[in-house]
This record gives sequence, structure tokens and C-alpha cells, in this order.
Amino acid sequence: MAVLVLADHDNAHLRDTTAKTVTAAQILSTDVDVLVLGEGAKAVADAAAQIAGVRKVLLMEGPELKAMLAEAAAAAVVPLMDGYDAFLTPATSVGKNVAPRIAAKLDVSQISDVIEVVDGSTFVRPIYAGNALETVSSSEAKKVITVRPTAFKAAADGGSAPVETVAAPTVQAHARFVSEAVTASDRPELGAARIVVSGGRALGSAEEFNGVLEPLADKLGAAIGASRAAVDAGYAPNDYQVGQTGKVVAPDLYIAIGISGAIQHLAGMKDSKVIVAINKDPEAPIFQIADYGLVADYKTAIPELMRALG
Amino acid sequence: MKVLVPVKRVIDYNVKVRVKSDQTGVDLANVKMSMNPFDEIAVEEAVRLREKGVATEVVVVSIGPAQAQDTIRTALAMGADRGLLLQTDQDLEPLAVAKLLQAVVGEEQPKLVLMGKQAIDGDNNAVGQMLAALLDWPQATFASAVELNGEASAKVTREVDGGLQTIEVDLPAVVTADLRLNEPRYASLPNIMKAKKKPIEVKAAADYGVDIAPRLTVLKVTEPPKRGGGVKVETAADLVMKLKNEAGVL
Repeated sequence: MAVLVLADHDNAHLRDTTAKTVTAAQILSTDVDVLVLGEGAKAVADAAAQIAGVRKVLLMEGPELKAMLAEAAAAAVVPLMDGYDAFLTPATSVGKNVAPRIAAKLDVSQISDVIEVVDGSTFVRPIYAGNALETVSSSEAKKVITVRPTAFKAAADGGSAPVETVAAPTVQAHARFVSEAVTASDRPELGAARIVVSGGRALGSAEEFNGVLEPLADKLGAAIGASRAAVDAGYAPNDYQVGQTGKVVAPDLYIAIGISGAIQHLAGMKDSKVIVAINKDPEAPIFQIADYGLVADYKTAIPELMRALG
Repeated sequence: MKVLVPVKRVIDYNVKVRVKSDQTGVDLANVKMSMNPFDEIAVEEAVRLREKGVATEVVVVSIGPAQAQDTIRTALAMGADRGLLLQTDQDLEPLAVAKLLQAVVGEEQPKLVLMGKQAIDGDNNAVGQMLAALLDWPQATFASAVELNGEASAKVTREVDGGLQTIEVDLPAVVTADLRLNEPRYASLPNIMKAKKKPIEVKAAADYGVDIAPRLTVLKVTEPPKRGGGVKVETAADLVMKLKNEAGVL
């Protein structure tokens, strides 16, 4: 069995979601190749070659692949699948966009957001916003799988796989990249941060959201997250959203400030190692899953917390 | 131009689901069901296109049990023109749903398929992409803004990790709605009454001659591991001390 892993990157840096997906792939097979689609992405391919246990890295470049448009990416992957029994990608916005298109072209059922690889054909995945876990077995000849990165440890460095350049197929594309607006941030990436501080609707305004969370995040070296209510109210940009429809995080420490703890939010953070809730409502559902709860108004609690942190 | 909107009947998003004790699935008996929230957003967007005069007809399709007619009726009350139910009691995988929708697209010939990005029961996030693949149409997933350029193309802003991406897709295309595309309207009582007169055609999913046999076997459905009971702390100083000494995360 040979497995192809689609690398997650921004054309300059490889994201650690790739090494986590390689870990999942290695449970299926020792023959794991990594595919880097992009443009000017040689550095990404070199970084992927250093992941321990990777057999080889395939680098395919083209203008449509730079923005990872689904048509071009699927057209690149599908012919390669002749040589592979499984295709894995992290369940990021790119992976979720591209993988089902590949699955349908191969006429196979996809297995989405896998959190455990039991054996070569059995997988565990969350359903109903993480309120149930489904164990499925697939008899498909080729398996197309998206992997929840937070459920797997990153494969170590130390490999030295060869990098092979492969020509991209020409595609009659019906989609074109127009522009992108990336949220600028010097903080650790939300999906990979060791500590996340997250704010909810109780913070009341964008100024308050930033004014309260930024100093705390800076002190802790944490990423900032938000509940949907805070995003919808315009306090935080939407890629801060943690939950069923936003990002799924599993940091060592998750601090929820002014977040009630709706099912959809819990779906995105309940696998965190330690959860802290700061909320003035003692009945807030977030306290049912918090390891440490502080019933207090954030306005007094956060300054105290800052002082206690020194 | 005609817009096709697939909708799904799912457990209401506010319901705390219970796993059956025999681990065969989630208990759906006597549980409130509603339209999948992302599909409501897709219906709303299609109705807005109709109100702007860009779309001439909004057709709503659902695949599921007889009760899915209620879901279609909700969409009609929001302003869709007519409904189609592909009736089946079988629980279908996204690939099978995509194949049935492909057949419906063949019959209806819409210029645009607008649908939710994922259903909140299976959380697969796959049908729209699969449908686009089967039709060989372009796809614009996780849309937070859609701007049509006549019947030629659509400019779609997509919610991606790290920010927003804008792409242009030629029509016909499949667009999947993200939460922030719009705020769906509530159906007014007169519109609910009017919707009762709008036509819903019911067909058997099996009659489409599409291979919808399951490819995956669900071995079991279990509850996620429960978190141990937490403690309440009195002060922020206590909290920091416990995080340092007890939890060891600071």
C-alpha cells in the first residue's frame, strides 16, 4: 500500500498540519509520499523532505496551483492516484475544498475529519459537532481521507527524502484567483498554538475584545480565538472563530473568557488538555467542561490575572 | 436563470444529541428536526437573487424521508418557487447524494447550484465539491459573498484559514454557503400559507437509476470520552497557582 499526502503550505512555509497528517498516513503504510502543489514552493518541498519517514516528495508547480484552486488541484492529484491506494490531506480549508472533488473523480466515498486510524480500513471520526464518534470501515479500493490535525502528533524531523519535480497537467479551468485578504498576526497560529485565549460576546466591543485579550495573549505567548457570537458581532475577524464551523483547536491550555459554551463552540475546543473558563454566570455551560472555573466579571478578573502572572 | 438549492432535514442545531446504548447510531426518535442551518443561508441567498431579478426561478430539492417535505415547505415559505423530494428512507453517503443531485441538475438545467457547506449531522463537508466534480463544473466553497456577473460568471469571496480569498467562477457552478453569507429571514405567516399552495413533486430516489449503495460501513457510534469534573477557583491568583503547580501548563 502506498499513500499520498497533500502538503498544507503558503508557498513559502510548510505548516505542521502536514507532519501531523504524515503521522496518520504512517499508520496505513510505510510508503508515504508528500505532494507539494504550489508555485515557487521549492522551499516547502525541501521542508517536507525532512519529515522523518517520508519516502519521496513530489513537487508540482503552476499558477493555478499557487492559489490551490480546486479544479486545478484535483486535476493534478487524480492522475497520480494510479500509483497510490490512499490520499490524505489535513482537514484545513484547502484540504476540505479539494479532497471531495478528488474522491468523486475517483468514484469513492470520502472519510472526513478522521481523528483515529484504527487499521488500514477502519477510521474514527466525529459527527454531530463532536457529540458522537463514528467508527467506519471502508472497502473502497482507493481511500480519500481528510485528517483532523489536532488529533495527531507531528512526525519528527530528520528525514532526507528525494524531491522529484512533476509537470502539472494543463487544465481548461473555469475558476480564476482574484485576490486575497490575509489577517495579519504576529501571534502563533490558532490551530497550532500551545495556549489559546478566546473571547465571547460578553466582551461587548471590538476595542474591548482586543484591549482585554491582546495583552493577555502577549503575556502568555498565546493565540487569540473567538466564539461565533463575538465574530458575528464584529469584535473579531472570522478566521478567529473556534467551533464546529470555524477552527478546531486542541492546545495545552484554552482560556475561555465571556463565552457561554454553546455546543457548536465546544465542538472546536473540548479536546484541549486544560480548559479554563472565566464567566460571571455560574450556570454557563462552559463550566461543565472547564477544568478550572472562575466565576467573575472579566473586567475585574483579567487585570487580576495579569497581576498574578507577574 | 434558474437556481437549484439542495436542502437537508437534520436534528435541530440546539438539540443535545444522545448516542443509542446499542451503539448503532444517534437517537432520532421524538427529536426536533429542522432545516440544516447552512442550507437556510443558501435558500436565503437564492431568494435574494430572485428578488434582485438575477434569478428567475428557485427550485428546492431534498433527498430523504417523506417528512423532508416539511423542510422543502420551509424553503418555499422563505420564497423559493417549487420543490422536489427524492424520497428514500436510506441514510445516504455524500457521494450518493451528489450523484442524485447530478441527475436532478441534468433534468432541471440550473445555472447555479447554491447549497450549504456542510450538514451539521454528518459534518462531512463534501456534497457540493463532489457534485461540482461529477458535473465538471467549477466550485466556490465556504462563500461569504456572492456577486453575479449576469449569467456568465460569479465572483465569490471564500472564508479560508487565515482570511478571505476571492475567486471568479464561470457559470454554471456550484457555490457552498458559509455562515456569514447572510442572515436568513423568518417566514411570515402569510408566506407560510402561500407556501402550502406551491408545488412539491415527489419522486422515489431509487427511480433515478443511480448507484447509491453505501460504500462505508458504520461499525459503531459511541459517546466521546467525558472530561473529568473540574473545580471552581476563588481568585485569579488561585487560578494561576493551580495552572502552574497542578496542571503544569504555565
